[in-house]
Amino acid sequence: MEYFVELFFSGLTRGAIYALIALGYTMVYGIIGLINFAHGEIYMIGAFTALIAATVLSLFNLPLPALLFLSLAAAVIWASAYGYTIERVAYRPLRGAPRLSPLISAIGMSIFLQNYVLLAQTPDFIPFPALIPEFAALEPYAGVVGSSDLVILLSTALIMLLLSLFIKFTRTGKAMRATAQDRTMAALVGINVNRIIAATFVVGSALAAVGGLLIASHVGQINCFIGFIAGIKAFTAAVLGGIGSIPGAVLGSLILGLTESFATGYVSSDYEDVFAFSLLVLILIFRPAGLLGKTSTEKV
Amino acid sequence: MPLLELRDVSAAYGNIQVLHEISLQVAEGEIITLIGANGAGKSTILMCISGVVPPRRGGIFFKGKAIHNLPPEQIVRLGLCQVPEGRHIFPGLTVRENLDLGAFLRRDPVGIRDDLDYVYALFPILYERRHQPGGNLSGGEQQMLAISRALMAKPALLLLDEPSMGLAPLVTRQIFAIIRRINREHNTTILLVEQKASMALKTAHRGYVLENGRIVLADQAGMLLANEDIQRAYLGV
Repeated sequence: MEYFVELFFSGLTRGAIYALIALGYTMVYGIIGLINFAHGEIYMIGAFTALIAATVLSLFNLPLPALLFLSLAAAVIWASAYGYTIERVAYRPLRGAPRLSPLISAIGMSIFLQNYVLLAQTPDFIPFPALIPEFAALEPYAGVVGSSDLVILLSTALIMLLLSLFIKFTRTGKAMRATAQDRTMAALVGINVNRIIAATFVVGSALAAVGGLLIASHVGQINCFIGFIAGIKAFTAAVLGGIGSIPGAVLGSLILGLTESFATGYVSSDYEDVFAFSLLVLILIFRPAGLLGKTSTEKV
Repeated sequence: MPLLELRDVSAAYGNIQVLHEISLQVAEGEIITLIGANGAGKSTILMCISGVVPPRRGGIFFKGKAIHNLPPEQIVRLGLCQVPEGRHIFPGLTVRENLDLGAFLRRDPVGIRDDLDYVYALFPILYERRHQPGGNLSGGEQQMLAISRALMAKPALLLLDEPSMGLAPLVTRQIFAIIRRINREHNTTILLVEQKASMALKTAHRGYVLENGRIVLADQAGMLLANEDIQRAYLGV
């Protein structure tokens, strides 16, 4: 039973990280119908930025929470700048082009960013400092749920809550929903559609950067390819939950994380991906639009 | 000076030219209607005015200012709003959220509140349904919501594209009565595109007749109603 609980929590943690990345995929898809293949790279760049910031800041003997907060801020700001720039140079010029064009542009951007970090840094794994504080109060449960698992779970839950409040109640959030539902009409009520699309990329990138820092600190090492694998998984989670749907991305991520965790724990870590993608295929057979996705009927 | 003026506007989708040297004028306080067959280019004229389809040639002037190079949101900011064909309600947003978005560019909460009360008084059904998603409304209710959403921007000029489309005759008459009322009570200038030509001409002060992307006739609405060619072609007499 204890083993089950342990797997459950590690699955939830994994799912929480997937969710932070999957939200970026699903929000961008919701608003411009594009699978932003470069999104995993944003997550990777977020982790690298956090590493560089933490390395530099550790020279100043800051307390751990301050180090965490400043590295997080650096990662979020820098990754958002990347997200904004990618949209500006790789997707906006292709607005109105056939759907395949921005998709190819996205793949190109992904390859470019991966290789750029590879050249600028190193292809090897680099150790990542433990930025997430350990809580002494959790010591007795350390075998079941680690301190950093709990921090990841709680901070992800908080971020999801803030995101849904943002989307529901703020002016920008409402404009995002309007633009996602009807772009022409959004422009006709006076929404600057390009600005809202850029804002969506920025928000998605910021979330991915948070995920990058959390997982890197949890695992303890990073390299320039982590974005590819995490990106594929998070994308799978978004499709599983119904791409374009925000609650769907979270649900799909948690299901995927739990599946992988149980598959690793009870079968073998070699079969982790087999279970994950079999689950995807199974769900898409019975619900082609994903768990919470709407079956959209194309207007003729 | 007319409130809105189009001078020799031409527009095309790809290689297909759909508007040929359109010139028209709308004075403040008028209701103007554009009538014409399906595919004559009526909706394209409205999309040109709103900045969604930029014209290839010619000029569009609103309050004396050239707007043919402005993006849609800046044209809205100047006080020119469109209710497009097919209503384009945001289906997943509530009625109230749809109305709030109509006032997206406004920063005067008191004025917005007043205008919200005004549109709720105009269409009490919208107040009853304010918490429902826009997509759940009937066609007539969606048209009411679309007009109300545009009114929330407090426009000086309202472009209406086929407000009667798909509506029962009774609802159509109700909508047209409201259009006249808005024009009277708020002095809102209205440019109305309509296939139901007789209804449109009875509502409007003046009308333009569009054929194959060209304006072929412009006159007082009453004169157009009495014109035998128009009666044969558009009024089914």
